Amino acid sequence: MRHIISLLMENEAGALSRVAGLFSARGYNIESLTVAPTEDQTMSRMTIVTSGSDDVIEQINKQLNKLIDVVAVMDLTEGQHLERELMLVKVRAVGEGREELKRLTDIFRGRIIDVDASSYTIELTGTGSKLDSFVQAIDSSLMLEVVRTGASGIGRGERILKL
Amino acid sequence: MEMTGAEIVIRCLQEEEVEYLFGYPGGAVLFIYDELYKQDKVKHVLVRHEQAAIHAADGYARSTDKVGVALVTSGPGATNAVTGIATAYMDSIPMVVISGQVPTSYIGEDAFQEVDTVGITRPCVKHNFLVKDVKDIASTMKKAFYLAKSGRPGPVLVDIPKDVSAQKTEFSYPSSVQIRSYNPSQHGDIGAIRQAAQLLLNAKRPMIYAGGGVVLSSAASQLTELTRLLGFPVTNTLMGLGGYPATDKQFLGMLGMHGTLEANMAMQQCDVLLAVGARFDDRVIGNVAHFAQNPRKIIHIDIDPSSISKRVKVDVPIVGDVAHVLGDLLAVLHSTRQQPDAQALAAWWAQIADWRSKNSLTYRNSDELIKPQYVIETLYELTGGDAFVTSDVGQHQMWAAQYYKFDQPRRWINSGGLGTMGFGLPAAMGVQLAHPGATVACVTGEGSIQMNIQELSTCKQFRLPIKVIALNNRYLGMVRQWQEFFHGNRYSESYMDALPNFAKLAEAYGHVGLCIEKPSDVRPALEEALARKNELVFLDFRTDSTENVYPMVPGGKGLSEVILAEDL
Ligand SMILES: Cc1cc2nc3c(=O)[nH]c(=O)nc-3n(C[C@H](O)[C@H](O)[C@H](O)COP(=O)(O)OP(=O)(O)OC[C@H]3O[C@@H](n4cnc5c(N)ncnc54)[C@H](O)[C@@H]3O)c2cc1C
Ligand SMILES: Cc1ncc(C[n+]2csc(CCOP(=O)(O)OP(=O)(O)O)c2C)c(N)n1
Ligand SMILES: [Mg+2]
Repeated sequence: MRHIISLLMENEAGALSRVAGLFSARGYNIESLTVAPTEDQTMSRMTIVTSGSDDVIEQINKQLNKLIDVVAVMDLTEGQHLERELMLVKVRAVGEGREELKRLTDIFRGRIIDVDASSYTIELTGTGSKLDSFVQAIDSSLMLEVVRTGASGIGRGERILKL
Repeated sequence: MEMTGAEIVIRCLQEEEVEYLFGYPGGAVLFIYDELYKQDKVKHVLVRHEQAAIHAADGYARSTDKVGVALVTSGPGATNAVTGIATAYMDSIPMVVISGQVPTSYIGEDAFQEVDTVGITRPCVKHNFLVKDVKDIASTMKKAFYLAKSGRPGPVLVDIPKDVSAQKTEFSYPSSVQIRSYNPSQHGDIGAIRQAAQLLLNAKRPMIYAGGGVVLSSAASQLTELTRLLGFPVTNTLMGLGGYPATDKQFLGMLGMHGTLEANMAMQQCDVLLAVGARFDDRVIGNVAHFAQNPRKIIHIDIDPSSISKRVKVDVPIVGDVAHVLGDLLAVLHSTRQQPDAQALAAWWAQIADWRSKNSLTYRNSDELIKPQYVIETLYELTGGDAFVTSDVGQHQMWAAQYYKFDQPRRWINSGGLGTMGFGLPAAMGVQLAHPGATVACVTGEGSIQMNIQELSTCKQFRLPIKVIALNNRYLGMVRQWQEFFHGNRYSESYMDALPNFAKLAEAYGHVGLCIEKPSDVRPALEEALARKNELVFLDFRTDSTENVYPMVPGGKGLSEVILAEDL
């Protein structure tokens, strides 16, 4: 099953490679991994999207907790949570296609953030599957470039990952 | 007062009361060696290869319950140390390794003798540090020792660039250390401990399976008390040997691939299993599905949550230190009036007696060929079971584990998890330094000994009277055995041709060397070696080259699918 794991880690050089190294050394899947500093200068927050059987996910959580640089781990999938991903897509936009693409962008609540004579760059946020649907809705021959950040997640309501 | 980084490193070692530092110098650690020269509290042991420095620190740690410490230079010094570090990591040995690094301004430039030591060692250390500021040396060293020894022990590496060891700062050694992300639990959950007690008391066919965690936790007395109180059978893993007295009647011997029939059968058929500081390794439970065919309740005590339910699903997990948890478990058992089911236990012991009567470790001795088992049995007899025995890796390791009965922990020193040939002799150096008056025997093979034989020179320099017991079968015997059993007798590259004359080689290093070719000479030779209290004696026993280690549960097979010696 797909799991979203959130973790806080020390803002130390090498902390990221400890996490990435753990996943490759033990053969765990990484679908996506995002990391950035938090409001607390000493910590970074990472969101990892992974998949595996319950046993594998249990081991992933334990192994992450074991890393000395990892301060806290939460499997968001174990409770209610929100998930968002940002995508930037550059599509060929000429003639009638320009109107069509604009309409589609509106339907998906995206924004066109850059325009030139022959292309649009569209920004879209949402769940991974919403972004997938948008990509599918566009004629693949028009697609020039797709950049996705990978998911960021947060627990709902009182589910808070903080020190 | 201001001190250089190098001086601070040495002061930290003194604060940690480090007795021996095993190491090898080089450019990146010259400032540290300079400071070593100026003091005499920390004694430096100059090895002949960095791998040996780490194994020696490791042997020192295993035999004492202290942290082993080693020092190596950057680049090749660090890469030579990696095998040793991985060996310590796999067996959870507390160790601090200090490595030199090129100056900070050169890092990343492919400088002379630069390697990414922190990167290379990351998967085989508990943690590692690159110290970029001289002000961080003292606190980093404090953390390194704390991490190495607490929780599940392991090696910690501190990489120090040369310029950092030359810079100056005020020195003060922190009296305590706090790492917010690291809080290993000592005490187990008392609810789970009560549940465990209940399961144990209700068991019909109980079994205690105790591993290296008992030794690491120095909990042999608690384990013994518990086992005797309950009257249950007990087995040890290779790493746990000595954690329960081997001569006790409740002891079933080692279990696993080369375990006794009774230990493996009882493990397979028990209805309640108490696993204590053991990690269900694949050399113990080769086939998880086969193991699961017999239903049983499993209680697992381990300080590392990731050891629990990793390979085998556990019913009652107890995360904590073995000594603490067994202490609490004993208190719970003492406070209840319920006794174990005596009738069921008697039937269970009768079943075990039946397996035992097979004498799965019997071998046929010979008048012509030296049987390796006989050498170990004689060593056991002549040392009264009281020696420290280190070993290398192979058949000789298994025979030492099977035929030397360890009644005390920290006497059996071997590489179980990584299975590192070349471990035995340098580890014995660390053991002998830690226990100067004790008999230290290194059981080895003609293959393994050649992987660190240069240490005979270190032994000479430091007057280490180790007894090297080489079971020389002219083969990489363990490999030959697998080729005989599983590869149609095709002995591909397992014959050890062009062997040196080991006795003469030992003499060349300034030691005593003996070559033993007849069974009748085994005992006198061992007697002579043991009588030479102050000399290293290298005993080259020419053993039966066709002998195999039995019993054997082939890899991937179930515990009851065992190959016994032909006569059985
Ligand atoms: C040629 C060869 C053959 C082998 N054959 C066998 C064999 O037949 N049988 C066998 O048993 N092994 C065999 N091994 C060894 C095997 O590979 C493993 O190293 C060994 O089985 C692991 O032992 P263990 O389970 O006791 O774990 P260890 O590696 O000793 O691990 C200790 C466990 O205890 C935990 N722990 C540590 N400290 C504490 C504490 N204070 N409190 C609580 N828990 C703690 C750790 O987290 C860990 O889970 C063989 C090795 C070789 C090289
Ligand atoms: C460094 C290393 N290389 C290879 C192996 C694989 N290996 C395991 S046992 C063994 C044979 C050891 O031969 P020897 O030391 O003569 O011992 P014997 O089995 O003959 O008693 C080998 C090659 C290993 N364990 N370690
Ligand atoms: Mg051999």
